[in-house]
Amino acid sequence: MRPFRLYEPTTINETVATLSELGDDGKLYAGGTELLLAMKTGLLQYDGLVNVKTVPELEGVSYSNGTLTIGARATHSTVEHSADVLAHAPLIASVEHRVANVRVRNVGTVVGNLCFAEPHSDPGALLLLYEAEVDIASPSGTRSVSVEQLVVGPYETSLAGDELVTRVRVPLLPNGMRGAYLKFGYHHRPTLGVGAAVSVTDGKFLDVRLTLGSAPPKPTRMRDAEAVLRGAAVDDPAVAIEAGRIAAEGCDAIDDLHGSAEYKRHLVQVFVQRALAEAVERGVK
Amino acid sequence: MVQINQKITVAFNVNGGDVEIDVTPETALVDMLRDGLLLKGAKRSCDMQVCGACTVLVDGLPVSACTVPAFEVRGKSVTTIEGVAADDRMAGLTDAFIDNAAIQCGFCTPGMVLAAKSLLDRNPHPSEDEIKDYMRGNICRCTGYKKIVEAIQEAAQKAVQG
Ligand SMILES: Cc1cc2nc3c(=O)[nH]c(=O)nc-3n(C[C@H](O)[C@H](O)[C@H](O)COP(=O)(O)OP(=O)(O)OC[C@H]3O[C@@H](n4cnc5c(N)ncnc54)[C@H](O)[C@@H]3O)c2cc1C
Repeated sequence: MRPFRLYEPTTINETVATLSELGDDGKLYAGGTELLLAMKTGLLQYDGLVNVKTVPELEGVSYSNGTLTIGARATHSTVEHSADVLAHAPLIASVEHRVANVRVRNVGTVVGNLCFAEPHSDPGALLLLYEAEVDIASPSGTRSVSVEQLVVGPYETSLAGDELVTRVRVPLLPNGMRGAYLKFGYHHRPTLGVGAAVSVTDGKFLDVRLTLGSAPPKPTRMRDAEAVLRGAAVDDPAVAIEAGRIAAEGCDAIDDLHGSAEYKRHLVQVFVQRALAEAVERGVK
Repeated sequence: MVQINQKITVAFNVNGGDVEIDVTPETALVDMLRDGLLLKGAKRSCDMQVCGACTVLVDGLPVSACTVPAFEVRGKSVTTIEGVAADDRMAGLTDAFIDNAAIQCGFCTPGMVLAAKSLLDRNPHPSEDEIKDYMRGNICRCTGYKKIVEAIQEAAQKAVQG
């Protein structure tokens, strides 16, 4: 790997000031599980890396008032084993447990995953299900955007070069809503992730959230598919099939190592139905 | 704020002994261990955190030393297979690998043993599914895994019997 300088700030202000000074020559470094691989191959080159792990403010996972907060330093393992996550959003703990392998989970962060915006990832589609938001700091102040707005395409986010994501805020699912997340693939990264959250009254879908990851170019909320489900009978298989069809048509799948676009659309169709069924079943239990 | 240009001193504990060594920021942990400290058990293989041949434990947790920078272990404890081999308390685990023929070419074995140690430290009585789940990030191209799972089961059982 080409030599780089290491910057170890201890506050958020110092971090963004350093980023701003370095400009295109510098990059934030969290676990390095994505960044260093790209730097080893020469795909990305930076003169300076700015370590987020020396900033105490960015640490930890916490819960208060119906919202889980995941700091920029929190690794997948931290989230997977967090007592707050296990108590309030066990679905997040179980999905985090299935990310990568134990070594990557011990080092890689949830925020680093979102900010690298590799399409074949789980946290994006999962956190969209919760309508999660990220807090962002820069030399000119702070702002917040939804995870949906953070990721704009493959390896592309809406962050400016001097912006730091400080935390993800995850509101728990509203009362009565139950979630499920299914992932599928034979490679070390997922080929497909489908999130479904539903609430049911009188045998009908009251509210529905449906999200897709890995097959589309970015984690995507499938609003058209959600619309056909709301108000429909949960035990009518034709409705789930129709939702799956709409999601598959709208998912912008491409041909790649994970399979052809046609194959991925088929997976989407099937897994949307399965995820809906699982979410409904959890609601009944 | 600290700015490190070319050289960083990494003071840490490896296999029970304190060491201090100067590295550049881009030096990977595996290179510091192999070239700087002549601990050759961890191997650079896939170089992308997939295969597990470079597994070492940092404060008891497995990481891929091919990609984790050496500077990350400042003030921490690193366990390599050499530390396991020299530790009589670990003989139950290493003997179980040998007795069950859970080794063929041996290339993946240091990583397998370290991952298994980390699992058993946290969960002394893992089920077969828990073993497979934890170990799925360590790849072996000869044994077919069955014997590795059996070795870990035997080590767990023997530890109970004392
Ligand atoms: C073998 C393997 C298997 C994997 N399998 C899966 C899987 O099954 N599912 C899945 O979802 N993922 C998977 N991953 C991806 C893994 O989740 C990510 O590599 C990891 O979470 C990235 O986090 P990091 O802290 O290492 O990021 P880094 O590599 O440190 O950073 C990644 C990018 O984010 C930027 N960044 C980091 N922190 C911030 C911040 N606070 N603000 C702004 N920008 C920031 C960096 O500048 C960089 O551009 C896998 C990875 C590997 C190597």
